[in-house]
Amino acid sequence: MSVDAAPLSVRGLTVRYDDYEAVSELSFELTPGRLTAVVGPNGAGKSTALKGALGLVPVAAGEIAFFGSRLSDVRSRVAYVPQRAAVDWDFPVTAGQVVEMGLYREIGWLKRVTRAHRERATAAMERVGVADLAGRQIADLSGGQQQRVFLARALVQGADLYLMDEPFAGVDAKTERAIVDLLSAMRDAGKTVLLVHHDLATVDHYFDEVLLLNRTLVSFGPVETAFTQEQITSAYGGPLTIVGRDAPVGAAT
Amino acid sequence: MTEWLIPTDYNTRVVLAGTTLLGTAAGVAGVFLILRGRALLGDIIGHATLPGLAGAFLVGRAVDPDNARSTPLLVAGAMISGAAGAGSVSWLTRRAGLKDDAALAIVLGLFFGGGAALFTLVQQLPGANSAGLGQFMFGKAASMLAADVQTFAVVAVVVIAAVVALRKELTLLCFDPDYLAAAGRSPLLLDLALAAIVLTVSVAGLWSVGLILVVATLVIPAAAARNVTDRIGRMLLLSGLFGFAGAYIGTLVSASAPRMSTGGVVVLADAAIFVAALLYGTARKRLAARRIAD
Repeated sequence: MSVDAAPLSVRGLTVRYDDYEAVSELSFELTPGRLTAVVGPNGAGKSTALKGALGLVPVAAGEIAFFGSRLSDVRSRVAYVPQRAAVDWDFPVTAGQVVEMGLYREIGWLKRVTRAHRERATAAMERVGVADLAGRQIADLSGGQQQRVFLARALVQGADLYLMDEPFAGVDAKTERAIVDLLSAMRDAGKTVLLVHHDLATVDHYFDEVLLLNRTLVSFGPVETAFTQEQITSAYGGPLTIVGRDAPVGAAT
Repeated sequence: MTEWLIPTDYNTRVVLAGTTLLGTAAGVAGVFLILRGRALLGDIIGHATLPGLAGAFLVGRAVDPDNARSTPLLVAGAMISGAAGAGSVSWLTRRAGLKDDAALAIVLGLFFGGGAALFTLVQQLPGANSAGLGQFMFGKAASMLAADVQTFAVVAVVVIAAVVALRKELTLLCFDPDYLAAAGRSPLLLDLALAAIVLTVSVAGLWSVGLILVVATLVIPAAAARNVTDRIGRMLLLSGLFGFAGAYIGTLVSASAPRMSTGGVVVLADAAIFVAALLYGTARKRLAARRIAD
């Protein structure tokens, strides 16, 4: 494993569902310590690209390397935050137990969650402001709180690369603020984040780089060069006015 | 009263030990079965053991006509066809693009129908000592022997130990399989482990409540426990306890009248516990809602 290897390098990733090509020939390489937004219209294959990279869906073609290695060799350095809507929030566990799930791999087969693990889970929850909810049944949390619990579960793992699927979806302003603060703290700590994002208006405020996707790569690079009006138009298949591009909702406090 | 609750009669005690061991194991295993949304898998496995039982009888008869009903052979036959039933559902949903419920209905009908046909065949064989095979339909708890109870004790210990040992991973499998996979654990392998646990309980349950009702002993105590608590740990504990209590009460009640089906009454007792749990759960939620409103 080389020290300079990219946190995530994807070459020619193709994912097919039956006859439908959800992601086609996607290639990009993440730079360490950057926040990258994956942006594109509905059905552009944003979530699928993330899942394909992680091996959660069958990959038709492509070479994927995490830190220059196979994912199975560096799993502890990679954390995944699935879409909040992907799970049943009526499940009989507490918020703290969900965060502890981020440690299950490290704890290993057959072993139990100890007090030391619980303390680490609490510390991760403090970073996103939900430590006081640790004993709460997850159904009793608001959407924003649930999202922050999901982020804490990824944080407790202590990974270097984070793949997040729409953490900003349907959250309140307070949670959006908390996520934005968390992202900048992560960047300061040298972490790399790849995040599926929907709100075009906030892309240039929150992120360093953009991966514009519409089943195949439209553009990739720094926000200034890879997120121009023409590129957005090309990705979304028509001219699109981004309302309030200079005054994002979450940053307007 | 005490004498009724703690019977001194040796046979009743043997039956009680057997049904409660399996009832507890089914209660514990059922928790992850319902949290995974696979309650009907227990139904498939139960019904799919029928052709295996009939087939095992035919094989046993061919090998040794005097001892056609060999228990190890019947267990093996039930295990194989139960697993084949579960595997067929999985294959139909993956490869034939069928929805779960359709695949379940097809496989259940196919295996149970095929088993019933094979059964009729077996019963028409000249000199076939097939008496007793039909008892697997609704269980044969009343004729349980001390040796059976020893086997059930091993089954119960293995099943409960497996569930406790895999508790973390099974919890994650049921809550968030994608995250489990991203953490490097195979959801497929854990689903297979869960199916193997359910298969073990179901086949042992043939000797207790029978192949039709075994799914009820897996699902009802777990569903009752879910109504009482929001914590997975307590749910496992309570579901095992409910499974034990249902089997205990059901066995005692059925023993009090001649020729009453033990399996049927055990399931009725499970259902009574479920209703009580449901009422308790509803009241608890109302109270909690009122507390928040105040």
